[in-house]
Amino acid sequence: MSDYNFAYLDEQTKRMIRRAILKGLAVPGYQVPFASREMPMPYGWGTGGVQVSAATLTPEDTFKVIDQGADDTTNAVSIRKFFERTAGVATTEETEKASVIQTRHRIPEAELTEDQILVYQVPIPEPLRFLEPRETETRKMHALQEYGLMHVKLYEDISQHGAIATSYAYPVKVSDRYVMDPSPIPKFDNPKMEMAAIQLFGAGREQRIYAVPPYTSVVSLDFEDYPFEASKADHPCDLCAAEDSYLDEVILDDAGNRMFVCSDTDYCRSRREAGHVGRLGEEAAA
Amino acid sequence: MIELQNVSKSFTLHNQGSAVIPVMEGATLSVKPGECVGLIGASGAGKSTLMRLIYGNYLAASGSIMVGDTDVAQAEPREILALRRETLGYVSQFLRVVPRVPALDVVAEPLLSVGTPIEEAREKAAVLLEGLNIPERLWSLSPTTFSGGEQQRVNIARGFAYDYPALLLDEPTASLDAQNRATVLGLIEGAKARGAAIVGIFHDEAAREQVCDRFVDVSAFTPRAAA
Amino acid sequence: MTPLLQVKDVAKMYGARIGCTDVSFDLYPGEVMGIVGESGSGKSTLLNCLAGHLAPDRGEVVFDTRAEGPVDTVTMSEPARRMLGRTDWAFVHQHARDGLRMSVSAGGNIGERLMAVGDRHYGDIRARAADWLGRVEISDARIDDRPSAFSGGMQQRLQIARNLVTGPRLVFMDEPTGGLDVSVQARLLDLVRGLVREMGLSAIIVTHDLAVVRLLADRLMVMKDGHVVETGLTDQVLDDPQHGYTQLLVSSVLQV
Repeated sequence: MSDYNFAYLDEQTKRMIRRAILKGLAVPGYQVPFASREMPMPYGWGTGGVQVSAATLTPEDTFKVIDQGADDTTNAVSIRKFFERTAGVATTEETEKASVIQTRHRIPEAELTEDQILVYQVPIPEPLRFLEPRETETRKMHALQEYGLMHVKLYEDISQHGAIATSYAYPVKVSDRYVMDPSPIPKFDNPKMEMAAIQLFGAGREQRIYAVPPYTSVVSLDFEDYPFEASKADHPCDLCAAEDSYLDEVILDDAGNRMFVCSDTDYCRSRREAGHVGRLGEEAAA
Repeated sequence: MIELQNVSKSFTLHNQGSAVIPVMEGATLSVKPGECVGLIGASGAGKSTLMRLIYGNYLAASGSIMVGDTDVAQAEPREILALRRETLGYVSQFLRVVPRVPALDVVAEPLLSVGTPIEEAREKAAVLLEGLNIPERLWSLSPTTFSGGEQQRVNIARGFAYDYPALLLDEPTASLDAQNRATVLGLIEGAKARGAAIVGIFHDEAAREQVCDRFVDVSAFTPRAAA
Repeated sequence: MTPLLQVKDVAKMYGARIGCTDVSFDLYPGEVMGIVGESGSGKSTLLNCLAGHLAPDRGEVVFDTRAEGPVDTVTMSEPARRMLGRTDWAFVHQHARDGLRMSVSAGGNIGERLMAVGDRHYGDIRARAADWLGRVEISDARIDDRPSAFSGGMQQRLQIARNLVTGPRLVFMDEPTGGLDVSVQARLLDLVRGLVREMGLSAIIVTHDLAVVRLLADRLMVMKDGHVVETGLTDQVLDDPQHGYTQLLVSSVLQV
């Protein structure tokens, strides 16, 4: 163990963040301001998520970090190492074994349980921001449930692309009250947000925390004639043959060959270990 | 239909030492439905002023100006607006319209404002414009570009588009050729025949004799003090 | 008949300075009222008080709501007042860019108020946006263009379409023809007059242009130093002004 306080932040700061988290859980989807601290990593690297994780972790927890579904990217590795060093908690790459999962841009494929907490890293928490730059006005819009503007964004999408082209950070309405930015997860993940686990969202630079309690309704906004669709690449995984997981497209060579693989590396690994083999699975194994 | 009792009018020029200029006093006039009364008197005697008082364009200083059931001298703006829409028409010497509106719609407008369907209103407008010899190719153009005589005829057509129970005519036959003049006199006689009460100013003596039932000399209303 | 808007003794102070004071009038359905006066006369302050953009220090602004009849909009809850602002009221700004979302397409601009009141059918919203573009004489081929690609006159017409799409009953206009070329002004005036008549709109138009009020307004209110100095029928006030200031104003207009 090191000379850091448990999980890096001092106890007063963690209490402050926990209060914000509790308030967020009490008012699902509402953005609670909090006094975001400087963290030993740049903004955009998950400082909000890290602070929420720090305030959430206990010594008994098992921690997992994913970035775009993968456990082994720079971002995921450095955050995992950070808490190994400052909190001394156990870490894992297996979704089922983790009690706290910090994520950037994905929800794990495996269904989460009531014993788990999912912590999202959020770059811009305000879903109305791109259309209404004034914070005073967006807060009033939330307060009065004036959400027509959100549909203007979707309208613009359809008018320009013939369909709702927003494919990530797709706005949702939580518990039939607040419109919320689900962070830049693919819209494929939106339906998973009605889950058993607690979902916490931390935006470090913007100093906002919000939350979705277990089993809360999360509805993706849409039009009657352009209903929401949780789309993904129309392929099975080339490694594990999964039909139901979100896929990354990987360019293989200059000849235009490509492969589609599960973005959730743990999900893909566990399927391959269970004997599922995709189109390129044998070669990859070889 | 039109009843003036002891109407007076003065102008106060606040920016010129608050000079008060009395221009009319004791004006009394009565016009029955179907009657046409001609206002006479020298230029500057107050013929147009009297017309403007009746129309509510000038504010009377005292007296009453009944048009139908409305006392123009006392009425609220919206009552006068309703009166002008439904009861009292005015053919002035000047055409004042929104630029760019086609002549046909300028003429149809009084009908539209009382709720006539647009097709019907335009049909009636077309008949009037045709009768007044406005060439059809001009109908879709704004009258602001027309010659003085053409503008005058558009103005007349507009004044007769809707069958007002009371009409004020300010020099309706001025600057018209013989044929158009006859048409206008025909329109006036038609209005009388359907029971309209008309007050008119006609410099054209022959026209005056033809349509007016009697005359009122407005010089009688010129304030003595000012004379 | 119930007045659509009853303004009772409205006053707004900026510290010790008078914004506007002692303003009372009734506006009936279908009426267009002009408010004229020089810069700083309080006409814009008054308009903003009436439209709920500024809270008056005194007085009532009673609007005849569809659901509950006459209600004082000064004391009504903010959500209710903002709802009025999206439904039965419209506000046309002098500068179109204050009233439009410049980064959103023309169709999206018009559709916003529909979506704000719960319209959730893209095809319907788009059809109504196209219809309104036509009504303000903008080609529906421009429906996906942003207003930044429009001329000043087109932007102003788009702003009007955006405001009128929900069928408001009262329109506030702040110098709607200011800054436009004369020919463009005429076209806009014609458009507004037609819409007022077809939709039975009531309107309150603030302007310093007497020619504009003569053509658009049924009634006129003249303001000076925050006070109403004269009211009446538009043509009567302009042709037979009673107050010294109005006489000065009318006689100062350059003739063309």
